[in-house]
Amino acid sequence: MTAAPAVDVDVLAAEFTALLGADSVITDRQRLRTYECDGLTHHRVVPAIVVLPETAEQVAAVVRGCAAAQVPFVARGSGTGLSGGAQPHAEGVLIVTSRMRRILEIDPANERAVVEPGVFNLDVTKAASPQGWYFAPDPSSQQVCSVGGNVAENSGGAHCLKYGFTINHVLGVEVVTPDGELVWLGGTTRDTPGYDLLGAFIGSEGTLGITTKVVVRLLRTPESVRCLLAGFPGVDEAGTAVSSIIADGVTPAAIEMMDALAIEAAEAAVACGYPEGAGAVLIVELDGPAAEVEQTFAAAERHCTDAGAFEIRVARDDAQRALFWKGRKSAFAAVGRISPDYIVQDGVIPRSALPQVLRKIADLSSGTEIRVANVFHAGDGNLHPLVLFDDAVPGQAEQAEEVSGAILDLCIEQGGSITGEHGVGVDKSRYMSRMFTDDDLDTMQRLRCAFDPAGICNPGKVFPTPRLCGEVPGKHKGPHPLQQAGVAEQF
Amino acid sequence: MSATARLIDELGAACEVRSAASSDAVDGVAPELVACPRSTDETAAVLRAAHRLGLRVVARGAGTKLSWGAPPSDVDLVIDTSRMDAVVAHAAGDLVVTVQAGLPLAVLQHALAPHGQRLSLDPVVAGTTLGGAIATASSGPLRYRYGSVRDLLIGITVVRADGTVTKSGGTVVKNVAGYDLGKLYTGSLGTLGVVTEAVFRCHPLPESTRWVTVNAPDPRRAAAAVATVRGSQNDPVALEVDRLAPGEPVSIGVALEGVAAGIDARCDEVARLLGEATGSRPAVAAAPPDWWGRLPHDPVTGPGATLSHEPAALAAILAEAPGAVRGSAGAGVLAVGLDPARVGADLDALRALAGRHGGSAVLRCTAPGVKEGLDVWGPVPAITLMRRVKDEFDPEHRLAPGRFVGGI
Ligand SMILES: Cc1cc2nc3c(=O)[nH]c(=O)nc-3n(C[C@H](O)[C@H](O)[C@H](O)COP(=O)(O)OP(=O)(O)OC[C@H]3O[C@@H](n4cnc5c(N)ncnc54)[C@H](O)[C@@H]3O)c2cc1C
Repeated sequence: MTAAPAVDVDVLAAEFTALLGADSVITDRQRLRTYECDGLTHHRVVPAIVVLPETAEQVAAVVRGCAAAQVPFVARGSGTGLSGGAQPHAEGVLIVTSRMRRILEIDPANERAVVEPGVFNLDVTKAASPQGWYFAPDPSSQQVCSVGGNVAENSGGAHCLKYGFTINHVLGVEVVTPDGELVWLGGTTRDTPGYDLLGAFIGSEGTLGITTKVVVRLLRTPESVRCLLAGFPGVDEAGTAVSSIIADGVTPAAIEMMDALAIEAAEAAVACGYPEGAGAVLIVELDGPAAEVEQTFAAAERHCTDAGAFEIRVARDDAQRALFWKGRKSAFAAVGRISPDYIVQDGVIPRSALPQVLRKIADLSSGTEIRVANVFHAGDGNLHPLVLFDDAVPGQAEQAEEVSGAILDLCIEQGGSITGEHGVGVDKSRYMSRMFTDDDLDTMQRLRCAFDPAGICNPGKVFPTPRLCGEVPGKHKGPHPLQQAGVAEQF
Repeated sequence: MSATARLIDELGAACEVRSAASSDAVDGVAPELVACPRSTDETAAVLRAAHRLGLRVVARGAGTKLSWGAPPSDVDLVIDTSRMDAVVAHAAGDLVVTVQAGLPLAVLQHALAPHGQRLSLDPVVAGTTLGGAIATASSGPLRYRYGSVRDLLIGITVVRADGTVTKSGGTVVKNVAGYDLGKLYTGSLGTLGVVTEAVFRCHPLPESTRWVTVNAPDPRRAAAAVATVRGSQNDPVALEVDRLAPGEPVSIGVALEGVAAGIDARCDEVARLLGEATGSRPAVAAAPPDWWGRLPHDPVTGPGATLSHEPAALAAILAEAPGAVRGSAGAGVLAVGLDPARVGADLDALRALAGRHGGSAVLRCTAPGVKEGLDVWGPVPAITLMRRVKDEFDPEHRLAPGRFVGGI
């Protein structure tokens, strides 16, 4: 059960100051407000205390303090999360990892790096690339989001179509458990004996403990990377191209799609110069050994043409490739140029359902003031509809919420998911029971009870209703039920 | 009415139940009964009855790996999943397949092949069912490129000890809604629940596959060869080694997959690297070497161990490990065939060696009785948390009791 007693903030803050030093503990209301939200900016809560630890031991000491006082705590990396996962607790402590940004080891011979949780995603690749290696997960926020945040959200990126998500690229994490103990889940090799607690921890949105070190896998930089930008009359044709590429047995590193409205926004924001008049564009990127990519790239190009692309540009060099990506990577922020307010949605459908779902999304917004721009990871059916509205117009915010929610319903109807990479957080916990039964959610929360029986670690996130963690029952005691049933003599 | 007959009566309402034969023993421990449910619902019904009666339950697929892990402390009921052997749905355009737990991997591959697809998982032991592959987390050479069972599993249906049916994950490849319990169940040896259905992501069948092999005269050159291939940009899907006994030369096998028009050039490059590092002449073939993907010990009686290590420690591992060593040098996970006369001593030596290189050594399988007095698992980090997980999922410890780490 969520513990939220009236905290004696002063006492706790004094305790943390003694542990961490005065400049690592914030209680001033004005400064606390810096941390009141993450990327989901319309949810704001000012925490009671913010701490800025520098070491795993300090994190553990703070958590022990919270556990002793039964005060909730929330971890925060860079605060770029889009589901309110790092939203603080008003009576709780926010533990920020921004002073834990050391890269501890880059070890190509063992294909790994060891980093502190606050390290920016892109900095891992920057540190490893001189030796020819990189960290594969590449969320669009990679310049600023933290590896600890990536672990918590199991973040993906454009290239997860071929390379997988954070979960596929982490060998081990050092974690402070909700009772303040430092433990390792996983390690430096691929297999460790026992339950795969590492696998269950990744993507748990900060509800099972605080990550204090991460051992990530490094991949060898591909020999060849080829990228094309194709303009189509509309999303149907672009969708056909995606299906034919996949059906041909080609696994691109990435296939990204943007529709007309998303292109309009990107043009307004970064002048990416996409094919004029396109109703949809595809960015298709292939990587791997040159001898392989040469062939598969030609096939991808052919599929785009066959599906009706009216213009195909092939990147000459890395600079032009970056230009292709610029429009896509800036898409979320770019819609700010064409709409005062917007909701970034994140849902998943089976890829083959793409055309019909896009039509239904268009139906949802037609007849309203709300417009929807579509940006998506087309290869794996991960949609990012951007629902545009004007908060100044009465009723529009509600209407936008409605459209946005209806899109999630569509995803569920199609057998998809309410989130492909942004997480559930506070934003979508109310949709969880549309995807899962009470028994499913109860079972998931049993895992939570094993880690956090007191319910103080990022409470109120992910699950619509918290599960009471009972006393841990011991092994079976007393007479065996079979004896009671009168059938036990045989056993 | 005999006690067994009464139990059959009680459980028989749920599904077909029979009294156990001697061949139903689980690693030497004899059950009383065997239940053969045909569906998730029947599994739930039989587990509810078992819960009421306090029966200790072990789930079994094809029964190929019941000697893996520790023997159970006791078993009353075996749940045989082999009647649940259907491909439930194959969304070919989405590269996703849903199967029942008792479906043999080979049968699934057969069903996927006409669509130009496969599950990128090797059958470590012939006959393996998918439920069994999940429970034992068993994987072979393809692990190097495609990951292990947990990396391919995207959704799962599990019946808990009390008969509650639960799902996690889903039927789309990308999905972060809720905890990914599929990871937790993978490799849990049936101690958290009975898997009845699973959803996997598929991959396209490669247009062509080649194996480049070479013999390295000693561990140092073998490790150097493996390291150059790792550090190259040829993107092999598997990178295996095989060493029959300490002091013997080391065979290296590299598998490449891709389009036919590009594969020869890639093979030439890998062959060149292997030749330079070993001083021997590599061979390129369209079929794997005969040792490929096979355990270096009897899959049931072993004695065999699993050794995980940091990649850069390969030379030391090949030089110092006792027994027959074979497996994914690429992933740093090797199978070791131990000397039946000195299992305990060999295991200690392996464990000490693994410990020096960041890894672990687990006794995988032996003949019945051999594990007695031996530490099957070695040190287990986070064991306290694991016990708490077990207590939450199976509070009465009725599922495969004693089969897993720390007596779980
Ligand atoms: C413009 C933009 C583009 C984005 N693009 C993508 C994308 O392409 N793919 C994608 O997957 N996401 C994307 N995101 C979402 C976001 O960047 C990721 O979820 C990212 O991993 C969050 O990292 P963070 O450091 O900002 O975490 P925060 O927002 O600070 O926290 C996120 C969650 O992680 C928890 N957490 C943080 N640190 C720790 C820790 N050390 N231990 C335990 N829990 C912790 C928090 O409690 C919270 O629940 C995007 C966001 C923006 C703003």
